[in-house]
Amino acid sequence: MNDDKSLLKGPQLLQSFEDNWETEMGACILGKGRVVLRGRDLLSELTNLRWAELLVFAVTGEESPKLARLIEAMWVISTSFPDPRLWNNRVAALGGTTRTTASLAINAASVVSEANAYGVRVGKRAVDVLYRFKEKMDSGAKLEDLIRQELKKYKVVSGYGRPLVSKDERVEPLLTFAKSVGCADGPYVKLAFDISNYFENSRYPFQINISALMSALFADQGISAENAYYLVTQTFVAGMFPCYIDAINHKEGTLFPLPASRIKYTGNQSTRDWTY
Amino acid sequence: MENEREKIQTQIWREEPEPDNPFAASACYCSGFDVFGDLLGKISLIEYIWLLFKLDPPTKAQAKVFETLAIALANPGPRDHSVRAAMNAGVGGSTHASALMAAIAVGAGNLGGAREVFTAMNYWQQCGRDIEKWKDIIENPPIEERTDVWPEMEHTPGFDPHGASCPTPVKQLLDHLCKEGAGETLKWLQSHRENLEQFSKTPLSFSGVAAATFFDLDFTPEQAEIIFLFLRLPGAAAHSLEQEKLGFSRYPFFHGAVKLTNDPGPVNKADE
Repeated sequence: MNDDKSLLKGPQLLQSFEDNWETEMGACILGKGRVVLRGRDLLSELTNLRWAELLVFAVTGEESPKLARLIEAMWVISTSFPDPRLWNNRVAALGGTTRTTASLAINAASVVSEANAYGVRVGKRAVDVLYRFKEKMDSGAKLEDLIRQELKKYKVVSGYGRPLVSKDERVEPLLTFAKSVGCADGPYVKLAFDISNYFENSRYPFQINISALMSALFADQGISAENAYYLVTQTFVAGMFPCYIDAINHKEGTLFPLPASRIKYTGNQSTRDWTY
Repeated sequence: MENEREKIQTQIWREEPEPDNPFAASACYCSGFDVFGDLLGKISLIEYIWLLFKLDPPTKAQAKVFETLAIALANPGPRDHSVRAAMNAGVGGSTHASALMAAIAVGAGNLGGAREVFTAMNYWQQCGRDIEKWKDIIENPPIEERTDVWPEMEHTPGFDPHGASCPTPVKQLLDHLCKEGAGETLKWLQSHRENLEQFSKTPLSFSGVAAATFFDLDFTPEQAEIIFLFLRLPGAAAHSLEQEKLGFSRYPFFHGAVKLTNDPGPVNKADE
């Protein structure tokens, strides 16, 4: 697309795009009652899709009821914990207790889910690490060497280890579901558990977490790290609404209140005067 | 019992409770300074922002440079992507918080945004004032093996990939900061701007001047990224409110701009 513009640079490039957005992704045809998504007429061809199927089609351009069903199961089993103590959920709950709008609270909480310690940032890296490891192993590299190199460079293997508790209670139910739909026997699921087995027999405290299994299931379906990331960016919201609603239904300001004594000041000077 | 409760640990803030209410502060100390008993009426906003991040007051020269940068960044103008995001909230009558959330999200990225400042700060940390190191890093930008949620940089951080020559306001800002007693980084940037632009084949941008200023002022890349985010919000807020009053009918919709190259045409529509 836009090959004729590929040689343009600077202001000339921008001028070539002014009021000119050529796309195959889609648009609403205003006044004509039509909506086109990836070359398909949404209002006549795609109306029978389930929402997750539409999401898969919108992200990947592929129609895959199987992947859509898998994603729904991931969202149900893996990412919908209605606990206001979880850091992202707590944002939704804090929004409820301060009586902000549901959209503001839920969406703020959602973007907080893009964390280093948990959530969709870890998930994207977990897909990436499986693809990188598999590619190198196919060229003869040994898994234990790759794990050691990854730990040396990044301190973690994304998808292994977990804040607060080490064992991830979600792995087994999602694996059971994946087996029920014939998705648990792929090479990436095997690799994910091979890494898990390495850690179990090592001095490292890392256990497989749900990100690794989700990532392996995505990889076995041929989904890129980028698309896997897109498919889970809103994954936590079903656990966030209960947190927001619960806080709204309690008296305002009552979620985890903190008296002044709950601030532990560790600064150098407790009092001083500002002088020029 | 009180000692067993979890606490928020901070070097920034200390509070003393009101005698009749442990949940209300009778005094708030920012790095030891009594905010409401001493600082009110005494310090400027920019000095207070400095104190929050640095935990010590700025010198007059530091405060002046920081404030100049803050003024330069406060309104990127209505053509800027982050301000446009805020105005998009405004014209539809979205919540005012969403306008700022939109401005922050769009203004966070690699192109002219806070992540560009972060990455440029990393370049400063690696290259300092060594022109050969800059040449090398611009021509061979670092590539991270593992993926991240941040897209990869598509241009030299701190430079405008769509620029022609260095815009006058960017040069004015750089010159002004240097006249105000900026540190060695900004002075070096001023004297080597054209060399760097030749290496990157693109002109210096505001984000580049911002990164050099933050580096001169000894902020970390993380601090620079997050301060850059909020310093640009005043303009986004003002423009959003203005467009809210004007409404979407007087705001570009780009009616004829989207050109579908694979429109299947009317499907099962008798009237088409």
